[in-house]
Amino acid sequence: MGAIILKDMPEALVPRDVVQRVLNESMGRGADFAEVFVEDRANASASLDQRRIQELSSGRSRGAGVRVVVGETTGFAHTTDLSESGLLTAATAAAAVARDGRAGVREVNLSDLRDYPSIADVSPSSVPKARKIELMMRADEIARSSADAISQVQVGLADSTRRFLVANSEGVFAADEQVRTRFAVSCVAVGDGGMQTGYRPLAATRGFEYLTTEAIEEAARGAANQAVTKLSARPAPSGDVPVVLAGGSGGILFHEACGHGLEADAIMKQASVYTGKVGQQVASPLVTLVDDGTMTGEWGYLAVDDEGRPGARNVLIENGILTDYMWDYLRARKEGRASSGNGRRQSYQHLPMVRMTNTYLLAGDSDADEIVAQTPRGVYVAQLGGGQVNTATGDFVFGATAAFMIENGRITTPLRDCNLIGNGPEILRRVDAVATDFSTTPGTCGKDGQQVAVGCGQATMRLSGITVGGTAS
Amino acid sequence: MSELLERARTLLERAADGEQMEVYLSRGVETEVQAYQGGVENLSSSSSAEIGIRILIDGPQGARVGTAYAGSLDDEAIAEALENARDNAVFATEDEFVAFARPDGVAPVSLSLSDPTVSSTSMDDKVAMAIELEAMVRAGDSRIRQVDAANYSDYVSEAAIASTTGIVAAFDRSGSYLSVEVIASDGDEDQTGWGLSVGRAPGDLSIETAASDAIRRATRMLGAVKPGSSKGVAVFDPRTAATLWSIVGGALSGDAVVRGRSFFAGRLGEEVAASLVTLVDDPTDARHFSASAYDAEGLACRRNELITSGRLQQFVYDTVSGRRAGTSSTGNAVRGGVAGSPSAGCRALQVESGEYDQDEIFRRVGNGVFVESLTGVHSGVNPISGDFSVGITGLMIRDGVLAEPIREVTIASTLQRMLLDVLLVGNDVQWLPGTTAAQTIAVDNIALSGS
Repeated sequence: MGAIILKDMPEALVPRDVVQRVLNESMGRGADFAEVFVEDRANASASLDQRRIQELSSGRSRGAGVRVVVGETTGFAHTTDLSESGLLTAATAAAAVARDGRAGVREVNLSDLRDYPSIADVSPSSVPKARKIELMMRADEIARSSADAISQVQVGLADSTRRFLVANSEGVFAADEQVRTRFAVSCVAVGDGGMQTGYRPLAATRGFEYLTTEAIEEAARGAANQAVTKLSARPAPSGDVPVVLAGGSGGILFHEACGHGLEADAIMKQASVYTGKVGQQVASPLVTLVDDGTMTGEWGYLAVDDEGRPGARNVLIENGILTDYMWDYLRARKEGRASSGNGRRQSYQHLPMVRMTNTYLLAGDSDADEIVAQTPRGVYVAQLGGGQVNTATGDFVFGATAAFMIENGRITTPLRDCNLIGNGPEILRRVDAVATDFSTTPGTCGKDGQQVAVGCGQATMRLSGITVGGTAS
Repeated sequence: MSELLERARTLLERAADGEQMEVYLSRGVETEVQAYQGGVENLSSSSSAEIGIRILIDGPQGARVGTAYAGSLDDEAIAEALENARDNAVFATEDEFVAFARPDGVAPVSLSLSDPTVSSTSMDDKVAMAIELEAMVRAGDSRIRQVDAANYSDYVSEAAIASTTGIVAAFDRSGSYLSVEVIASDGDEDQTGWGLSVGRAPGDLSIETAASDAIRRATRMLGAVKPGSSKGVAVFDPRTAATLWSIVGGALSGDAVVRGRSFFAGRLGEEVAASLVTLVDDPTDARHFSASAYDAEGLACRRNELITSGRLQQFVYDTVSGRRAGTSSTGNAVRGGVAGSPSAGCRALQVESGEYDQDEIFRRVGNGVFVESLTGVHSGVNPISGDFSVGITGLMIRDGVLAEPIREVTIASTLQRMLLDVLLVGNDVQWLPGTTAAQTIAVDNIALSGS
C-alpha cells in the first residue's frame, strides 16, 4: 500500500470548509449521522471487432451524494452541482427524512484529511491512444493466428480513474484515487458442430503498466484455444458428480456459496442461511476464507472503502468455523462495532452497502495434479463464468465456461457450457481437497443494481459432489 | 419543441467543417422508497442529466466515429466531451459501413408515455404505498417470516437526439414500480418469493397484486425437494418465458448476426421454431412498458415480424448493422444510456398468444416441471453456441396439476432445440418491465438435473 500522506488542503474536489458546512447543515435537523461523498471519474474504453478499431469512448462523471441517517431511516440525494449551494440543496433533500422540524446547524469536527494516493505507476490518461490500439491489434493478430477455426475476435480495453472524497459527521475525512485497467479477448471458433466461444479477462487496480505485451498475448492465445477446444465438446453430464475446480476462477464458488451470505446487511435482516452461525462449523476444516481489500493491485483492492474506512483483511471462515461477517458503517453501528472496510458503492449516485473486495480460499497442501489423479470420474472446471445466489435459501449456481470430463484420474473430453447448482452450507462441507497452486481472477459483482469490481481466488480444489446441469445422463 | 431538443440542436452548431455530429441529451428525476418494519429504511430522490456526443469523419476507406459522454450538462463538461469525441474519432479504423442515421421517411407514431402524476404525487403518498405494501405482505400469511425489501420507485425522463445528418427526435417517459421480496418459513426451512406491480404512474399500481404474488411464490415453495434427474416438458411462467424470449431476441440482433455471433446467422427463411411461434417486435404498441416512438438513433420505431409461424423472417437492425447486411435500419437502435453507442436490439418483443390459460396448459402437458424462477442466466446461457443451462425453482406438474415444489435443480437444452420444441403458448400475456412481454409457454425435451 502507498504511504498515507496527511495534509490539510490537497487539490480537493471540494474545499474542506465547504464539506464542513454541508455536514453541519445535514446534521442540523436532528440527524444521527451525515456523510458527503464527492466523486470525479474519468473512463476510457476502446473496442476492436472484425479487425477494426470500432470505437474509442471517453466519459467523465462528477458529482456528490449526501446521506443523512435519522434513527432507522436513511435519506439520500445526489447532485452534479459541486458548488456550495448545490451541495447544500442535496443536503436539504437528504435531510428531509428528519421530520422533527428542528432548525439550525450542528458543528461537525473533521479530522485531518487522510489522502490515499494512487498506486498506479502509469496513469492510463498518459498513455497515447495509439499504444492502446497497438496492444489490441496485437491481441487480435495472436488470437487469429492461433487456429484456422477462429472466425471472430473481439478485444476490449477499458480504464478508469476515480477520485473521491468522503467526509462524515464522526469526523472521517478521506480521499483516494483508484485507477483500474481492464483488457479482455473474446473469440468465436467455427467447426462442424456449430460455434463455440472463448474468453479471457485481465483486470487489476493498477495503471497501464499492468498490460504488458506478454500478458495480452497470453490472454489472446488462451481465449482462442478455449474456443477451439470447445468445438469438440460434448454435452456435460447431469446429476451429482465430483468436481475439481482449477485455481483462480473457482473462487467464484465461495463468492456465491457463502460470500454474499456473510454480508451483514443480509445477516441483520435474517435473510441469510449463515445468520447466527458465528462460532459454528459451517464448512469443511480445509476451508479458511478471507475477504481482503488490502491485496495490492488486485481487481477488488481498495486503500480505503467508499465510507472512508481503510481496506482490511478479514478472516470469515477459519478451518471451517465461521468467525465473522463483513460490515459497512451503518450495519456495524447498529451492532456497536467497527466497519470491516466493506462499505462500497458503484458511484456517487448510489448508497453504500456491504460488498466483498477480494474473497479467497487459503491454499492447502495437496498437489493439484494429485487431486485430479485421485478422482476416478468427475468434472474438471478450468474456468468459471459467473454465478448467482439466493442468500436466504443458500442455493447458488455458477457457470462453467471451460470444463472437461475426468476419467480414470485423467482430464479427457471437453464439455459444453453449463451451470452447476448447490446449496452453500452443504457444498462448503464437501470440500475434500485443496491444493497449493493459489491464483486469483477478476470479476464484476452485481447486488441491488450496483456493480463493483471484486477479486476471487483459490487453489485447485475438489468437491466430493455437486449437481452438474448438463444434458447427458 | 422541447427545451432539451432545442439545446441539442444548438450544440450541433459546434460541428466543424468536414465532420458530422450527433448529440444525445437526457435528463431525469428518480424517487426510491424502501420500507422496513413499518418505517422508511431508505428514501432517495435525485435528478440527473447526461450528454453523449458522437463525431463522424469521412475518409477514403469509409467513416470513423469517436464517442464521449459526460454526467452533467454544464458548459465545461460539454466542451470536454466534444473535444474527446473528436480526438477519439481519429483513432478508429475507417469503415465503409459506418454512418449516422438519416431520416428515412417513416413517421413516428404518437404515444403518450409520460404521466404527470408521477411528479405531482406527494412523497408522503409514495412512502405510504411502500409501507402499506410491506404491511400487507406481513399480514397476508402467517408463514411470512421476513419482508427484506418493500420498495416503491418511479422516474420521469426525457431525451433528445439531434444530428447534422437531419435527425431531430425528442421523447419522454415515466414509470412507477412496486416490488417486494419476502421470506416464508415453515419452521424448518426458508423460501423466497418476489412480487411486483408496474405502470407509468402511481395510480396504475396494485399493492395487492405485488403482495399476493410474492406471498404465493414464497409459500408454495415451502417443503421444496431436490428431484432426481429426468427429461421432459418444462412449462415457463410469463416472467421466466420473458427471459427466454429476451435471449432469443438478442440472437436476432442484426449486430450479432453480421458479426457471426448468433446461432441464427445464415438461416433466414428457414424453420427455426415450432409453427405456433410468431415473434414480433413492436415498440409502437403502447401496452409495452418499453414502447417508444423513436429508437436510440432518433428513427421512428416500427412493427417488425421476426419469426412467422416458425420461419425466420428478418433480423432487427440499426443504421450501421443494416448497412453491413446490405439493408437498412429497422428502427431498432438501442443504447445503454448516452454513454453507449447504438447497436441493434429488440425493443418490445412478444410471441403471439395461443388459446390456453395456464391451468389448461398444465392439463395438456400432464407431467413435467413448472419453472417460476431462473438463476445463472448470465453464466449458463451462451447465445452464440446456443448452449442453455440454468438453475430453477418451481413445482412439478403431475397428472395435469401442480404438485410438489422443487429446488436446487438445473434445466438444460440448447436454444436452437428449445425453439423447435415449443409445444404450447398461453393466452395469459403479462406486460412486464424490460423489453419483453410474455405468456406461459411449454417446451419439450428439457433435461432436468437433480440428485
